[in-house]
Amino acid sequence: MTIALPDAPVAKSRQPNVLIEFCRQQPLGAVSFLIIAAMMFAGIFSPLVAPYDPLAIDFASLLAPPSADHWCGTDAFGRDICSRLIYGSRTALVIGFTSSFVGSSIGAILGIASAYFGGKIDDWIQRFVDILLAFPLIVLALVVVAAFRKFTVGGVDVNLIVAIAIPIIPRVARVVRSAALSVRVAPYIDAARAAGYSHTRIIFRHIAPNVVAPYLIMLTAFIAQAILAEASLSFLGLGVTEPTAAWGLMLSGNAADFYRQAPWMILFPGIAISLAVFAFNLFGDSLRDFLDPRFKV
Amino acid sequence: MKISRRTALQGTAGAFALGLGGFNFDFTRASAQAPAVKRGGTLNFAISAEAPHYDPHASDTYATLHFAAPFYSTLLRFDLAKFPAVEGDLAQSWTVAPDLMTYTFKLHPNVKFHDGTTLTSADVVATYDRLRNPPQGVVSTRRATFADIASIETPDPSTVIFKMKAVNASMLEHFASPWNVIYAAKDLADNPANPRTKINGTGPFTFVEHIKGSHVSGKKNENYFKKGYPYLDGFKGIFTLQAAAMLNAVQGGQVLGEFRGISPAERDRLVQTMGDKIRIQESSWTLNLLVCFNVDKKPFDDVRVRRALLMAIDRWGGSTGLSKISTLRSVGGVIRPGSPMATPEAELVKLPGFSKDIKKSREEARKLLKEAGHENLKFVLWNRNLAMPYTPAGIFLVDQWRQIGVEVEHKQSDTGPYLATMNAGNHDVAIDFSNLFMDDSSLGLAKYLSVTRAPENRSRSKDEQLDKIYDDHLRERDPEKRKAMIRAFEKRVFEQAYQQPLLWWHRIVPTHTQLMGWPMSPSHNLGQQLEAVWLNA
Repeated sequence: MTIALPDAPVAKSRQPNVLIEFCRQQPLGAVSFLIIAAMMFAGIFSPLVAPYDPLAIDFASLLAPPSADHWCGTDAFGRDICSRLIYGSRTALVIGFTSSFVGSSIGAILGIASAYFGGKIDDWIQRFVDILLAFPLIVLALVVVAAFRKFTVGGVDVNLIVAIAIPIIPRVARVVRSAALSVRVAPYIDAARAAGYSHTRIIFRHIAPNVVAPYLIMLTAFIAQAILAEASLSFLGLGVTEPTAAWGLMLSGNAADFYRQAPWMILFPGIAISLAVFAFNLFGDSLRDFLDPRFKV
Repeated sequence: MKISRRTALQGTAGAFALGLGGFNFDFTRASAQAPAVKRGGTLNFAISAEAPHYDPHASDTYATLHFAAPFYSTLLRFDLAKFPAVEGDLAQSWTVAPDLMTYTFKLHPNVKFHDGTTLTSADVVATYDRLRNPPQGVVSTRRATFADIASIETPDPSTVIFKMKAVNASMLEHFASPWNVIYAAKDLADNPANPRTKINGTGPFTFVEHIKGSHVSGKKNENYFKKGYPYLDGFKGIFTLQAAAMLNAVQGGQVLGEFRGISPAERDRLVQTMGDKIRIQESSWTLNLLVCFNVDKKPFDDVRVRRALLMAIDRWGGSTGLSKISTLRSVGGVIRPGSPMATPEAELVKLPGFSKDIKKSREEARKLLKEAGHENLKFVLWNRNLAMPYTPAGIFLVDQWRQIGVEVEHKQSDTGPYLATMNAGNHDVAIDFSNLFMDDSSLGLAKYLSVTRAPENRSRSKDEQLDKIYDDHLRERDPEKRKAMIRAFEKRVFEQAYQQPLLWWHRIVPTHTQLMGWPMSPSHNLGQQLEAVWLNA
């Protein structure tokens, strides 16, 4: 009797590539990823991609409709809308990603700490989270941005990032806490405690890696929320200031005066915001479906 | 009375054809037979900003005047049909001594304050003492204006005599300033700060209520000293801080007008949607935006840097473009373009910052920056967070300076911090404003005096030469010599490039055609007592 051993090399070749597997399982997620990649490319290489200087005023081309020269038309200052959209993706991504990263990371740390330590620490953190959760994201961001003076570093509005990051914290903290609670009671955590490991080591080496999936999903989903919040705050005059190219800002100011005679002034920035939010939301959902084993059953 | 845009344009053309261009307005009144005045009704109008307090003596924002003017009277006021001629308000008559050293005013009899007390010459003295020498804790932004008054005498309860220390050829116009409202002496004696929070005037309307964030309202003063006035039963000034809200309110008829001014795009929207129900009146405006350098800060202590930055601005091109999208329009010097003392274009283009050859001008600007060692200059442009016309002005300036390699960060903030930053001298470069109520040079030039004399000079410059020219021009009674002094003053200001007008504003006021008797003028600070306004409903 012979025992047939599995062909090791063949088995290895069957190990699917993660990216291909993601595209196969989540085709809509792949499309959204392509949109995000295109946005990132446009943002990073704006000076190479944009046909015009986004700040250059040209009164001779004031409110010009879309044409071969200006694909998305021009605004009330004769500035090329297409170029401003391309540069605007940089603003959206920098503020969207940074605030989402900061908010999600702090939220994750608070969520894990709350779950791990329990007791009074859990109570205090959760009541604080309850208070913050009582405010809608945009309202809380409005309060923060109005309360603090504008502070920029390298042209990036730190106040705006903080304003958007703070409302994200409680939302991520609550989700990560629930994930961490199930990890906390796992035998290997008890083993780590019995071995005398420090709290920091247990949290960062044993709990954090097991809540990465919800963290990543929340991070991605909140980039969309942050982009939307940035656009809303800029629209309300509390975000980035003119003449910075920013999508929300492009919808306010002169756009409100001229949208009837030059609808392209609001149409294209509106499409850009919707597309970005749609892409990040879809990507977040797809990532959750892909990473969460429960959805594979 | 209905004035369509076509009528206004035809009237303007006619006025110029008749050689009446010096009349300063580019709007006209319809010559159709005026309908009979109808009494009664309440006027609702929009105020685009809320008054920070009730005291016009301490204010230079229209928000205070549009709020408070209907409750008060002044000694004289401008006759807007014959602007800049003055007419009596509380003063029934007045005489000016030939040497301009004595002004005597005879007050109307039986003028009552809203609390029932009778106005006397003592009230005028108390008011002008507060204006020229405010007590501790009271702000008077017109202190310098009345510094030439030596004494005020009251030979009887209805006569006031102002004795001057020195001749001030513009004194009569200053007595007509809308900011110098008359307060009751007893109110000021009780507490000199009373007018900030309490209203007790002699104006055509009495104060009813101020609901913060909502409105201010007044009702007809039954004891108003001008018999037959006011026509209205009352008014309500509704705070519409957002332009869109204001436009919607005008369009929907919730308010019958906004008396400060709107942008060309907003005008077009109202005309398009309301047709013949809206009346549009236009005029040049005694208001300009200034590019202001803080000379206490490096590198703006270097005249080459300041002048280079002014020379990079294409005002003529900017005027063409910005006038289509904002209330900014005319290129001018320190005096309103088109007014009698203004510098003509042929002379203006010879001054730094006004060349029509912008290419050559920018080349010179680059050279100056190189000489000064600031080829890669970076700075913050401080601006007010008001969409019209501050934001377009900021966008324009950033673009202009980028064209000579200068990198500018545009910072906008609300009026409070914006003014506080500039007043504290914490700005590098700012977009400041000069809000005038008349064209007289004694007012228009004051902003450029040394900061020790004029706190509103936010460039913080100190220039004795300018101060001397200004003082000499105040004493000069010959208009031609005065004009020459104004030119010398202007040349010095622009050569030193402390601050310079960017563009002058253009006033566009929308009112419903049923609103009658409201007088248009080149200043939004004038004509807001509303006593002759009526509703043709």
